[in-house]
Amino acid sequence: MKRRFALKAAAAALAASGLVSLPAFAADTIKVGVLHSLSGTMAISETVLKDTVMMTVDSINAKGGLLGKKLEVVVVDPASNWPLFAEKAKQLLTQDKVAVVFGCWTSVSRKSVLPVFEENNGLLFYPVQYEGEELSKNVFYTGAAPNQQAIPAVEYLMSKDGGSARRFVLLGTDYVYPRTTNKILRAFLHSKGITDADIIEEYTPFGHSDYQTIIGKIKKFASEGKKTAVVSTINGDSNVPFYKELGNQGLKATDVPVVAFSVGEEELRGVDTKPLVGHLAAWNYFESIKNPTNAAFIKEWTEYAIKKNIPGHKDKPLTNDPMEATYIGIHMWAQAVEKAKSTDTDKVIAAMAGQTFKAPGGFTSTMDPKNHHLHKPVFIGEIKSDGQFNVVWKTPGPVKAQPWSPFIPENKGKKDEPEKK
Amino acid sequence: MRTLLRFLCLALSLLAGAAEALTPQQTLAIAAGDNDARLAALNAAATSGDARLAAFVQALLDGEVKVAGDKVYLVQGDKATIAATGEPTKVPDDAEDVTNNNRMRGALDAVLSTLRLFSPDLAVRRAAIVDLGKATLEEGQLPLIDKALAAETDPQLKDNLGRMRAAILISSTDRASRLAAAKELASSSQSTVASLLQERLGDGGEADPEVRAALGQALDAVRGRLAWGERLGVIFTGLSLGSVLLLVALGLAITYGLMGVINMAHGELMMIGAYTTYVVQNLFRAYAPGAFDAYILVAIPAAFLVAALVGAVLERGVIRFLYGRPLETLLATWGISLVLQQAVRSVFGAQNVPVENPGWLSGGVQAMSNLVLPYNRLAIIAFAMLVLGGVALLIAKTRLGLFVRGVTQNRRMASCVGVDTARIDMVAFAFGAGIAGLAGCALSQIGNVGPDLGQSYIVDSFLVVVVGGVGQLAGTVVAALGLGVLNKFLEGMAGAVLAKIMVLVFIVIFIQRKPSGLFAMKGRSAEA
Repeated sequence: MKRRFALKAAAAALAASGLVSLPAFAADTIKVGVLHSLSGTMAISETVLKDTVMMTVDSINAKGGLLGKKLEVVVVDPASNWPLFAEKAKQLLTQDKVAVVFGCWTSVSRKSVLPVFEENNGLLFYPVQYEGEELSKNVFYTGAAPNQQAIPAVEYLMSKDGGSARRFVLLGTDYVYPRTTNKILRAFLHSKGITDADIIEEYTPFGHSDYQTIIGKIKKFASEGKKTAVVSTINGDSNVPFYKELGNQGLKATDVPVVAFSVGEEELRGVDTKPLVGHLAAWNYFESIKNPTNAAFIKEWTEYAIKKNIPGHKDKPLTNDPMEATYIGIHMWAQAVEKAKSTDTDKVIAAMAGQTFKAPGGFTSTMDPKNHHLHKPVFIGEIKSDGQFNVVWKTPGPVKAQPWSPFIPENKGKKDEPEKK
Repeated sequence: MRTLLRFLCLALSLLAGAAEALTPQQTLAIAAGDNDARLAALNAAATSGDARLAAFVQALLDGEVKVAGDKVYLVQGDKATIAATGEPTKVPDDAEDVTNNNRMRGALDAVLSTLRLFSPDLAVRRAAIVDLGKATLEEGQLPLIDKALAAETDPQLKDNLGRMRAAILISSTDRASRLAAAKELASSSQSTVASLLQERLGDGGEADPEVRAALGQALDAVRGRLAWGERLGVIFTGLSLGSVLLLVALGLAITYGLMGVINMAHGELMMIGAYTTYVVQNLFRAYAPGAFDAYILVAIPAAFLVAALVGAVLERGVIRFLYGRPLETLLATWGISLVLQQAVRSVFGAQNVPVENPGWLSGGVQAMSNLVLPYNRLAIIAFAMLVLGGVALLIAKTRLGLFVRGVTQNRRMASCVGVDTARIDMVAFAFGAGIAGLAGCALSQIGNVGPDLGQSYIVDSFLVVVVGGVGQLAGTVVAALGLGVLNKFLEGMAGAVLAKIMVLVFIVIFIQRKPSGLFAMKGRSAEA
């Protein structure tokens, strides 16, 4: 009895402190978990995804909710601490009994929660581009696989318009996503006739803030031969000192272009982008894309940010790719729940196959019937002086994801769908 | 690119001849369409040599050109003109910005610098030559370079142009001019020349053995010069990291080194300094946007005062009850550090806050062809030296410094001769905290400002103080700069992750060998 009282008190305290958006004991709601770092090195990227979930849930609730019930968001903060991700995931699934979780940015956090979701048969929507090499029945990947981001970006760099690069610096934060992506890229570059002598790999720890040596190395490498380009998989707030140093050292995009896979509008906030004009990013969405769906999405976000007084966004609202992927993910999940007439994990998974949604990126994204990944278009943008991106290249239409990269020999013969258990 | 440059040379050799006006059709063809066609149109326009072209190209680079239908507009501020003629007009609402990718921008840059090569202004010509020196030159440019060489009066620029000429002649069909060019290039210090020479020495390059030998010598000479740039680069980055370490450790050298307080909240005092900078920046942006570039000058004293105030409160409220109990001090200050972090999270949010560099701290000075010294790094080195000088003077020369030294060496004796030890403790601690605030202000210019900013520096600052020798300012200085250079040297060889580990291993071994640090305290006070 006493314990239940303590739990209630704790829940009330949580609600009071604003961590839970709705009264914790509203009768008969569907609970939706959010598992994004709200502090630590990844907060720069992940915080806004929490707000995107809240916004979309609000709009679904405004239209009457799902299956006649309102959605209720449960937010936890795993604080950029990978083991804590697993703990918080367990808490969401077993204590809060959420129907679905939207969360994770870094692959190391996803790898950390994966066993928890598989063991408890939970449902995770992962909204960020990643390295592939994974396919779980309990996860839907709404970000890009390597063939939807990394490979087209490098192909562009090697093209005439991209600067005909023949030497590559693969620069990243030291964890699973950059290491695996660079392994795939190295194999891809080999297939294009580029030898190991023309590729260097450099890694820095999470939260690294002194990029002088790295920039010096890039300069030296670029002076030793053919046209050089940098492929950056730096993640988190390290990007701010990296781009500051790049600008201050005068390394121009016309000399050595840098293409980044984890840098978007949000990460460049507060960086002086004038010296960075022309450096690139590859994504499946940019805020600068012009179409009515995107205009509506930006408007919805702007109004929400002002209404909820979200720091930064209330003065300068920005949208980016992972926000779009989160937005698509929730809407598709809601559609699947309506179709399945249930929030049961297995029924929703079955109903997810083939779901479509008109995405702000300008195309209709389709959930692959088998491999739990979205078919998405690829865009390559150059940084403009106002921190937005200029789309300089795009695929004619959505591309099917290949979670098992064909450039890694061990992947031969792997099935393009999760193992049935 | 090649054809473009050839066209340009042709264009510029005709420069003195009849100049045609830039037509609206030409501006449209340069501004709209696919990139290949735009480049061709740019080449063609360059042959006409209209004075407007330079302005138009500059506007394209600055993103001031808009297209609507078949009209091309220049939009500068709220004034709009027709690009070709310059007559004022109004831009329609559906006008779209012209977008240039890297390839287009590179071509526009090249046009601009070749046009500038004949400017009457020496500084403009110098800048043009620097820009052209970075590009790969083609044989078609030879007449142009020759012409510029003949017209050039400045001896230094003449040398540069001569080397540019040689960079073209190095692939000439005439053996004698190749040989001469190889010899001339030996005096270059451009990294582009090094890669050019390397390419000539590679497969399908130079065949003649004598020229090959000259090329080899030239490459060695150029590389030798470039190597100096690299070495100086390592030393500079090391000094820069060292001065950051010095700044973060100086405050601790006072509170821990002199006073013996193990202050785990030292990092959070830095964070407070950084957040103060952020607040000052925002106030300037809101109330004095015109003087934004000067915000840092206000932020420095503000960061010092705020951090010093927090330090004084800490000392009066907590630490003074714990003198002589290091373990309790450690726990208490660690708790305080958590409280301060959470307080900042509650006030400013858990996310990092953006601190923008003032304009004069962006960019850098080109010291050598492969060495740029960024202004913010230079400023931090100078700032660290200034703060160091201030601290040293205060401790060694002032009455307050005398009291501080007296109290830390022998509290009871100092008290007996009439020093108010409690006040001195508070002032000294507040001073150390203020220095931490200054460090935070400096850090905000190079890194991220967030609630856990202090965490990433607290270990480093203790390491510096311990390695330097507790209670020794000179030791702190030597240790900070030494660790900085060592770290950067190792990072260059082994990468950032391994370098960090190697430095820590080095420190562990060092402390085992010399437990009292580089500069050990001697005499009775060492045991006190």
